Amino acid sequence: MSTLSVHDHGVAHHDHDHEHHHNESFWTKYIFSQDHKMIARQFLITGIVMAVIAMILSILFRIQLAYPEKSFPLMETLLGRFAPGGRLDTNFYLSLVTIHGTIMVFFVLTAGLSGTFSNLLIPYQLGARDMASPFMNMLSYWLFFVASVIMMASFFVEKGPAGPGWTIYPPLSALPKAMPGSGMGMTLWLISMTLFVASQLMGGINYVSTILNMRTKGMDLWKMPLTIWAFFLTAILGILAFPVLVAGVVLLIFDRSFGTSFYLSDIVIQGQVMPMEGGSPILFQHLFWFLGHPEVYIVIMPALGISSEVIATNSRKPIFGYHAMVYSLIGITVLSFIVWGHHMFVTGMNPFLGGVFMITTLIIAVPSAVKTFNYLATLWRGNIQFTPAMLFAIGLVSFFISGGITGIFLGNAALDINLHDTYFVVAHFHLVMGSAAIFGMLAGVYHWFPKMFGRMMDEKLGYLHFWLTFIGAYLVFFPMHFMGLDGVPRRYYSFTEIESLKQWVSVNTFITWAAIFAALAQVAFLFNFFYSMFFGKKAPQNPWNSTTLEWTTPVEHIHGNWPGEIPTVYRWPYDYSKPGHDEDFIPQTVPFSQTLSSNLPHDFEDHASHDNHEWVNTQKSNEEVK
Amino acid sequence: MAQFQQDKGKLDLTPKRFNMWLFLFTSFMFFAALTSGFIVYIGGKGHGLNIKMPAAFMYSTAIIMISSITVFLASTAAKKSDVAKQRAFLWLTLLLGVGFFAMQIYAWYVLSFEMHAFLSNPNASISFVYVFSLMHLIHILAGLVLLIISLVSTYRKTPQVLNLFRMEMSSIFWHFVDIIWIYLYVFLLLNQN
Repeated sequence: MSTLSVHDHGVAHHDHDHEHHHNESFWTKYIFSQDHKMIARQFLITGIVMAVIAMILSILFRIQLAYPEKSFPLMETLLGRFAPGGRLDTNFYLSLVTIHGTIMVFFVLTAGLSGTFSNLLIPYQLGARDMASPFMNMLSYWLFFVASVIMMASFFVEKGPAGPGWTIYPPLSALPKAMPGSGMGMTLWLISMTLFVASQLMGGINYVSTILNMRTKGMDLWKMPLTIWAFFLTAILGILAFPVLVAGVVLLIFDRSFGTSFYLSDIVIQGQVMPMEGGSPILFQHLFWFLGHPEVYIVIMPALGISSEVIATNSRKPIFGYHAMVYSLIGITVLSFIVWGHHMFVTGMNPFLGGVFMITTLIIAVPSAVKTFNYLATLWRGNIQFTPAMLFAIGLVSFFISGGITGIFLGNAALDINLHDTYFVVAHFHLVMGSAAIFGMLAGVYHWFPKMFGRMMDEKLGYLHFWLTFIGAYLVFFPMHFMGLDGVPRRYYSFTEIESLKQWVSVNTFITWAAIFAALAQVAFLFNFFYSMFFGKKAPQNPWNSTTLEWTTPVEHIHGNWPGEIPTVYRWPYDYSKPGHDEDFIPQTVPFSQTLSSNLPHDFEDHASHDNHEWVNTQKSNEEVK
Repeated sequence: MAQFQQDKGKLDLTPKRFNMWLFLFTSFMFFAALTSGFIVYIGGKGHGLNIKMPAAFMYSTAIIMISSITVFLASTAAKKSDVAKQRAFLWLTLLLGVGFFAMQIYAWYVLSFEMHAFLSNPNASISFVYVFSLMHLIHILAGLVLLIISLVSTYRKTPQVLNLFRMEMSSIFWHFVDIIWIYLYVFLLLNQN
């Protein structure tokens, strides 16, 4: 801690140089940067790279599912021993599923999403020069980077990457000899995830501290944009949930390497009875899902926050039910800690306990529905600007509804007996958490690209990207519901081996082609992203006519964000199309004294300052005269 | 110059102090998870903690409680700018911290070699005792590092603001690891039979 303060202490010496002659070298500017904007971009680009890798992995196992009998010599050329004879190795298939899940959930939708937008927007939208601890912020990125490298490195160990699924249930994960994917690959997985959690905790601590301590003048909590509320509550979730995963992983490491039996009992490997006894694999599930469930909200809440902002801006309307939005985020945050048991209905849990978890789970539908209705009500009769960001935000709402509804089925303890571990679950979470969160992230990328890189992305390619991805995602995940209802289990290698699954191979072929189609659509995004970064149209300062603070900063990034004083905030962030004002937006920095034609008594309800009182009194006396 | 009008924030240590408190939350959740794991474990299979805690744990508890007092005295001395006294009490705390560390390791020795309650044990509630104390010792190590940083800054020409800040950070953390150990020890005492 103390070394950090010394570090920042130095900044005070810059007092005299107004022009910002920071003698930054390449290393301190682009690599070990402590600037929140650079760190945000580092997180985003690392996240995109990881997303592409995880997407390619998914295409590999989709090919196996579509053509279980066919061999592809090209695959052997590419994957070598992992695809002998051109067919995926069975154990490597499990590794692919595991690493695809791990990367997407943690590396893309947790670090890539929160890391990018919390870092970018928290200081920008709150009016802070940087994060509470820029050094810790840098450390957070680099731990994430090292975690990513280690996770990828597991493809190069002899027996391949971890294979027990992204939930790493013991005993598979606890016995290095259980299967190839339980060996070195699993060890690397655990190391990588430990670093990842450290990175997320550092990030999360910074976000919370910055939001609570470093808001500019006038920015009280109820004037914060919904993005910030979402990042704030997400960070709190992370701070409370990730340590529990670490506790679970510590016990797992003891089981793996020190011969304890926290999770192990009655194990027989290759006819040999193992000495471990008395452990309970269910204990791991409790510890894992105590993180795991909040984790899915860590994934979706920032996306929800981003879409609130994008939808309000592009509907040119105040967000419908700002307070309701915040309270439902808080509701989701609190409830997310008492629903983890719905992942464990079929573990032999006491049916009474199952009932309790069912009720808490179904209650989460309430705040989620409040948010959905608020999005729709914001869109209702808005002056909608269909920018690519807006399309993606609307896409999020669509996926959130269609994926959320199946959550009500799965949250039912009785129905779950049938649906547990089937493709119905796969369809559910890929829509509500995967697609919805990715769409939220893409909405954020399209919306804040001008802020991040000072250039605009191409709109036409954006539309192409949106429609292909949107249609592709539904084509991939919608048929899976029917497979799941028929009882098709997830993670099965070959559908031709089992009589009852054979009829689904044709559907699998369809899904695989849809997936390839959707994956190719991402080329439109990747090209657009990297091309526009260097050759895009130069961005104006406030391209979307937005009200929030980040658009008051100059297009060229400067250290400290604002060249002069940090602007003061006077109003909430959603004054779009306010009746009586000449423009259809009023930035947060415009005081009420400059907008006399549009002020409403409501504007002064909470924090009546001196001049506001005056204004209200004048209004009142005018009324009396009338 | 106008630019830095609001940049007093750069020397404002409040957010960093806040970071420390948030970190304590994460640590607290970690130990809460471990002890909850213990409860779930003994609830499930009928394995209880069937040994008495070694006396060494009682001594180590006494040591760390005394060290909490000394670190408190060090911070009060720091607030009065009494560097010599602060230094002396910091040294004492550091010594007690190392003593605690050694005592915990001695407790493991007693557990395994005298009581034959080994880490790898079919009754994992005994393994939990090792995991609790080991994870706590890792926190103790971090606490010792913080104490050393505060101690070093008393030997250098550190501005009093920073000196106080470091002192505060290390004492907050040290009191926290103290409380965590008392929590763990009481938890184990209540669960032994």
